[in-house]
Amino acid sequence: MSTLSERILQAPAGEFVDKAVDRAYVHDGTGVLTLEAWRQIADRVVSPPRLYVMFDHIAPANNSVTAVLQHELRIFARKHGFCFSDVGGGISHQLMAEGEVLPGEIVVGADSHTCTVGAFGAFATGVGATDMAAIWASGCTWFRVPETIALSLEGRLPEPASAKDLALTYVGKLGMDGASYRALEFVGDGISSLDMDDRLTLCNLAVETGAKAGMCYADHTTRRYLAAQGKEITIQAAEDCTYEREIGIDLSDVVPVVACPPRVDTVKPVTEVEGIALDQVFVGTCTNGRYSDLAVLAAGVRGKKVAVRTIVAPASHAVLEEAVRTGVLNDLVQAGCTILPPGCGPCLGAHMGVLGEGEVCLSTANRNFKNRMGVGGEIYLSSVATAAASALKGAISEPEEFP
Amino acid sequence: MKIEGRAVCLGEDVDTDLIIAGRYLRTKDRSIWAAHALEDLDPGLASRLQGAVIVAGKNFGCGSSREQAAIALKEAGVAGVIAPSFARIFFRNAINVGLPLMECEHGCRCVEGEQVSADLESGMVQVDGKEYSIRLLSPRMISILSAGGLVEFWRKTG
Repeated sequence: MSTLSERILQAPAGEFVDKAVDRAYVHDGTGVLTLEAWRQIADRVVSPPRLYVMFDHIAPANNSVTAVLQHELRIFARKHGFCFSDVGGGISHQLMAEGEVLPGEIVVGADSHTCTVGAFGAFATGVGATDMAAIWASGCTWFRVPETIALSLEGRLPEPASAKDLALTYVGKLGMDGASYRALEFVGDGISSLDMDDRLTLCNLAVETGAKAGMCYADHTTRRYLAAQGKEITIQAAEDCTYEREIGIDLSDVVPVVACPPRVDTVKPVTEVEGIALDQVFVGTCTNGRYSDLAVLAAGVRGKKVAVRTIVAPASHAVLEEAVRTGVLNDLVQAGCTILPPGCGPCLGAHMGVLGEGEVCLSTANRNFKNRMGVGGEIYLSSVATAAASALKGAISEPEEFP
Repeated sequence: MKIEGRAVCLGEDVDTDLIIAGRYLRTKDRSIWAAHALEDLDPGLASRLQGAVIVAGKNFGCGSSREQAAIALKEAGVAGVIAPSFARIFFRNAINVGLPLMECEHGCRCVEGEQVSADLESGMVQVDGKEYSIRLLSPRMISILSAGGLVEFWRKTG
């Protein structure tokens, strides 16, 4: 019996395999360096329909240097028949989660959070630019089949705890290198209570434990989600396989938490840090910028006014459209939130929401490293519900139960 | 393949944002990454990296997949990095850009400026006369490092 990684990579843990990849993507941040490396080793790309270039990191461009680099990559992507998403399309991982990635696929992205789409039962992992250039040139790459740590989930999350609180909780348990070179498999009856957005959030943070991949088995929830995207799939039955370690988490024990700067694994209950004054709240990113996240924020701030500058970045154009259609966007604007174009927003500290020296931000992203969102700034990571309550108070606050 | 240099000692979990901050990434000019390498950890450090061997704590290179982190250290003149463990993507990126990494399970005792030498084929590191063993890299990885990186290796071997 095999783990999901072993089944997809078709070899036992520890072995090295050469594999054709099913989908490979870069963004504006990593694509330029990939293009530089590719030009030195090849003059053609292999399997263009499965290759993607998606502008999300600094989109629209913030200055002429960025604009020139993006212009070159845009022209290249179009000329070579890449699937291309321009400014406003959204975050690469989110676009891959909107009906592109299917169960059983091997997916590589030149971004560490590529593990997000393991939520579909795919083997998805981040690579660097030179590895990606070789993939453009050959369609293949090598992998060491990872050992797997199982996170066995039982029970249901109690309101107002969310999948993000669960994700930060397991990162806190494992630590920043607790799953290095491993795959994480989320298993157990508790998984059935988590929808696809929850699972994407859960898999997104796998890399914060050093993991190569975070994975959920494709079940009826996956099938329903992908059917709505026009894709038919077969369910993956979990096998009784050998895990390196199995960690049980009772979902009913999960409480709202924050990760304190500058480490993702310094996780504390919100109650312990309540009252810390904020200069900015940021809701978005590949962790928590989906429609359901915007809806939770809107439910929290509807009819009220935020007390601190609150920046919201929808994860994709489809998310933005849905938020327009349902009135969620209107609620956010009325409450005083600033809406950014779909994309990564200020998460990486490049534009639109960079922190000043000494400023404190509560963010729904996945990283709070020193200086990440601006030199001298501090980042606390939380769920959207905690962000909503905190935006209203202007200080870190426990989430309320929203209708 | 042999490596020599002066030790520059760093702590645990040095992430790729610290190695090269996001604000310096939008360029093709590698000298910019080298000039700002490890700036957020120690503003004067980049100028001391020429001919250095970084001796770090566990989980070196965690975080972003940005290959600029490995390139920044190589361009700044770092001869190699010794640590008890490396983050996965950084490890692969470093080999791909020709930056030698040495995994020394329990770390090695070392103070700033001490002479470090290493032999990647035999898997031995010497710090101030004391010997430590490092995990052996595969022959293919050593060939990639010897060529100066995957691009150079690819061009040589087709």
